[in-house]
Amino acid sequence: MGLTTDSAAAPAGAAAQGAGPGTPPAKDDLASLKVVPARHYARWAAAVAVIVLVAQFVHGLATNPVWEWGVFSDYVLSETIVQAVWVTLQLTAYATVLGFLLGTVLAFMRLSRSPVLQTVAWTYIWIFRSIPMIVQLVFWFNLSALYKELGVGIPFGPAFWSVDTNSLIGTIGAAVIGLTLHQAAYAAEIVRGGVIAVDHGQLEAAAALGIPRLRQIRRIVLPQAMRAILPTAGNEVIGLLKGTSVVYVMSIGELFYRVQVIYGRNGRVIPLLLVATAWYVALTSLLSVAQYYVERHFARGADRTPPPTPIQRARRLVRSLSAAAAQRNRSVMPLNPLGDSR
Amino acid sequence: MTDVTVDFDDVTADLDDVMVDVRGVHKSFGPLEVLRGVDLRVRAGEVTVVLGPSGSGKSTLLRTINHLEKVHRGWISIDGELIGYRRSGGKLHELKEKDVLKQRTHIGFVFQNFNLFPHLTVLENLVEAPVSALRRPRKEAEETARRLLDRVGLADKAGAYPRQLSGGQQQRVAIARALALGPKVLLFDEPTSALDPELVGEVLDVIKDLARTGTTMIVVTHEIGFAREVADTVVFMDGGVVVEQGPPAAVLDDPQHERTRAFLSKVL
Repeated sequence: MGLTTDSAAAPAGAAAQGAGPGTPPAKDDLASLKVVPARHYARWAAAVAVIVLVAQFVHGLATNPVWEWGVFSDYVLSETIVQAVWVTLQLTAYATVLGFLLGTVLAFMRLSRSPVLQTVAWTYIWIFRSIPMIVQLVFWFNLSALYKELGVGIPFGPAFWSVDTNSLIGTIGAAVIGLTLHQAAYAAEIVRGGVIAVDHGQLEAAAALGIPRLRQIRRIVLPQAMRAILPTAGNEVIGLLKGTSVVYVMSIGELFYRVQVIYGRNGRVIPLLLVATAWYVALTSLLSVAQYYVERHFARGADRTPPPTPIQRARRLVRSLSAAAAQRNRSVMPLNPLGDSR
Repeated sequence: MTDVTVDFDDVTADLDDVMVDVRGVHKSFGPLEVLRGVDLRVRAGEVTVVLGPSGSGKSTLLRTINHLEKVHRGWISIDGELIGYRRSGGKLHELKEKDVLKQRTHIGFVFQNFNLFPHLTVLENLVEAPVSALRRPRKEAEETARRLLDRVGLADKAGAYPRQLSGGQQQRVAIARALALGPKVLLFDEPTSALDPELVGEVLDVIKDLARTGTTMIVVTHEIGFAREVADTVVFMDGGVVVEQGPPAAVLDDPQHERTRAFLSKVL
């Protein structure tokens, strides 16, 4: 390897420093000495072990007939499955947007100075974090058993307007409500965590400038809170995407329910679970990429220079690798071979 | 309540053109009494510098003037308008936050650690309050902002984010931001205490320039030289009260109270 130290290379380095040909470098002239990078033998051994294990697994995926890749490719883009994916995406989108809207309101209620709002928000969060999502969903599914009609009127008195529960809230509606209410309780705490992480001086400055309260929240507090909110919120959205699989108990045609129906009919359990897995992984990956760019957007002003995009990073890596290769050819390693990485 | 207002005007009539009037202000944090009956009058166009050891209540006093802290006794008025309260029917009614925010647009406040909004550019920092609190058209607010940035010597930094600026530049932006509302009085809470020594001068220069143009200011600081040069009145506070006040030559060179002498001997 080109990295190996040997004394034969040393005179070339000395020559590059301008010392006379054949003259060995002075003992205390560190700048002319060749730099030997630290060797990580354990790391190399671990890398080999990991590569072997991964190869074994991939080999198994490819050769074990139980995976039935033929069945997988028949179904993965079939109309039924694509439609089911669409339902999953819709449930996720509605529950995310509505859940975080309600959660944000709840967070500011808990942070408000009004004891009434504080108590209401605290109670809501306490209740909806205490009930398992699946239990709550089944409750909503059976809402019409509890209340046949929903209406507006005088409490304990006559109703002015009422509507049949089932016609007002369909199955999908019940699922969205259930997911949203559950999500809002968690979102509230995530948003609250982000808001209390914002420097108190920011609020004082906004107050001292007389900026109206709602505008303070929207323009000053939330954008700064987003930096603390987003990593956890990303977790929540991804959790929710997979969490929608729970609504199969309400016989809604989302991804996991459809897959179950199909393998219940044809018995091909493993390849159909693979279909679901592939879709969940693909959608989660998309969300992770989106999260990266959203986080980058809200980081503006936080650093003197914004963090590089993956494309910029890849370009920089290629450039530094080729620079390192060029250096190696000259056989003298600079003290900081890759330069400042930021 | 016209008669009440007249009544109130009578109280302040003993001094001409008083801009800031602080009367018998008390303030406690729990058992700790930070202000114990502070009286202070600042005339329009004057610069008042407040000196005092740390813990003497000078920052708290400044923060009560724009109602970032509520007072427990006494009252404060700016340009004849009570701060934080409305007087009617022989009672003081606490103002709602909305009305307090409106009052604050007349009072510029400059913080020790700048408190610029880091996610907004310098120009956006200056435009935010005039647009949202005073409902000025954005274009007009931007023109004012650029003029003010030019005045503090930072016309070329309009598009920069605060963290890309030095401490001195950030504080100059913060001063421009306070000026953008066209306040009646500017309050400075130790504006140079968070700065490296070589950056203090550029910020003090901006404040001196404001003093020359007749801006009413109250400056809490430890810069004695600045007080001597710029102040019309120097106020020395200790233990939550004003110990003595007067022209800088009197207070700084010929202090009448032992506590003032002790403090000045330490900092001069």
